[in-house]
Amino acid sequence: MSEETNKLKHRTAAKEAAAAPLAVSNITVAYQRKAVVEDVSFALPEGKLVALIGPNGAGKSTLLKAILGLIPSISGQVAIYGDTYKKMRSRVGYVPQRESVDWDFPTDALDVVMMGRYGHLGWIKRPGRREKELAMATLEKVGMADFARRQISQLSGGQQQRVFLARALAQEADLYFMDEPFAGVDAATEKAIIALLGELRREGKTVLVVHHDLSTVEEYFDHVLLLNKRLVAAGPVAETFTPDKLHETYGGKLAIVGQDGREALVVK
Amino acid sequence: MMDFWIILTAVLVAGACSILGCFLILRRMALVGDAISHAVLPGIAIAFLMSGTRDSMWMLLGATAFGLLTVFLIQTLQTAGLQSDASIGIVFTALFAVGVLLISLNAQHIDLDLDCVLFGEIAYVPWDTWTLGGTDMGPRAVWMLGITVTVILLLLGLFYKQFKLCAFDPAMAAACGIPVLLFHYLLMGMVSMTAVSSFESVGAILVVGMLIIPAATAYLLTDRLGVMIGLSVAVGVVSAVAGYLASYLLDASIAGCIVSVAGILFILSLLLSPKHGLIAKASRRRSAAGVL
Repeated sequence: MSEETNKLKHRTAAKEAAAAPLAVSNITVAYQRKAVVEDVSFALPEGKLVALIGPNGAGKSTLLKAILGLIPSISGQVAIYGDTYKKMRSRVGYVPQRESVDWDFPTDALDVVMMGRYGHLGWIKRPGRREKELAMATLEKVGMADFARRQISQLSGGQQQRVFLARALAQEADLYFMDEPFAGVDAATEKAIIALLGELRREGKTVLVVHHDLSTVEEYFDHVLLLNKRLVAAGPVAETFTPDKLHETYGGKLAIVGQDGREALVVK
Repeated sequence: MMDFWIILTAVLVAGACSILGCFLILRRMALVGDAISHAVLPGIAIAFLMSGTRDSMWMLLGATAFGLLTVFLIQTLQTAGLQSDASIGIVFTALFAVGVLLISLNAQHIDLDLDCVLFGEIAYVPWDTWTLGGTDMGPRAVWMLGITVTVILLLLGLFYKQFKLCAFDPAMAAACGIPVLLFHYLLMGMVSMTAVSSFESVGAILVVGMLIIPAATAYLLTDRLGVMIGLSVAVGVVSAVAGYLASYLLDASIAGCIVSVAGILFILSLLLSPKHGLIAKASRRRSAAGVL
């Protein structure tokens, strides 16, 4: 192989890597000089459901917020479809943790979902009929159409979570970030979220989910990122979600117990 | 005519305060409103000393600058690791003290009365007129408040969705590319303008009442932000007009009566609100107990 083609090949590979939905390189986040996320690099493959897992305090939410520029990182770079987050913002959807907002705010479910369109509307334009119709359609998708005009404090935790998901869908993004969508939800909501994730995958969207429940990782996700301040491992679930690597991530906090001939993971 | 100017002033104060108050209480920043309304005092005093007049523009600028400085200092102390209530308490009392000092040291040059600063004297508003090129343009306070209300309506009218999202979910707002900090300081700037243009009429203490009470009353009565703002303005305006009439009948402090009426309206909605009211809650509890 000539040096020329080699160079070319290298450049194409670099370009392909750069065009990944999300490429994070050497990101470090610190709170008052103490690193909470250290030198993390990874790239997400397109069209996959990716779980971000790790023990409490591993910096999962922090990493997510740093990627979105919600908190400053002291070093590192983030590329979304090969460009800066600022330029690619309209292709990104975000589901914050449910506890991050005040659910007593005077507004209803439909109105919250319409907020997903604000980023697309620019500075002055107000949400109108098109936004309303889109918001209704996404509420329908998460099984919440009947609750469109319900004050948000009168929704159950799971219903509130579905409203947040509908809002992210209304963003019509290609890359979604979800911060613990499964935390504290009822069975119906869990089902609705799984169905939704499946649909997003079919549409070729990429989803990064901060996840807690190790027992469902293999069932719900294609790829996994194991984080404990540093990135321990990243890759397809079959290769990465292994007892060895989990031990490395969770340390002594993890036990693997046999249960009905199956192995189950328990976080102590 | 005197009555008209006084009522107009009171209505403008009520309007400006009750709109902004909604955003303050939803963002859990009622105390910051309190802080700003006190901390603008040194700005007013300095503007007065520098310009030598009670020229409204100077006061608006000076006080708004100090209002924003207050917010900035509170935030700086918080980031440095101090609790938020302590930060607020330190910054606004210290700045207010500087204002009191400046005024008392220059008492001969400043015709600002400390009592008036604290409690306001809306009855004097009609006499303190603004002359432009020899023409009497009407009371200065009405002009200042008029400018403030216009700015508020303009900014909130244009950027309603941004202010709303920043109040409900600032993280989402930031992720959408809305400059959250800019809108935070715009809101604080408007609160500062309102505080300075109201304080001569209702005083630094009662302006807090006008910022918080109508908005809190409206909050109990509705589940929609737009309706809440409308109700808040209605409560504010009713308090202003009814308060003025009450002060006339009782021969008592106008500002005191206005805020008292607002307080009464709040208590009424606390008791009678169909959703959040104490009576409705109690009867719901009783019927729930009956079912069991």
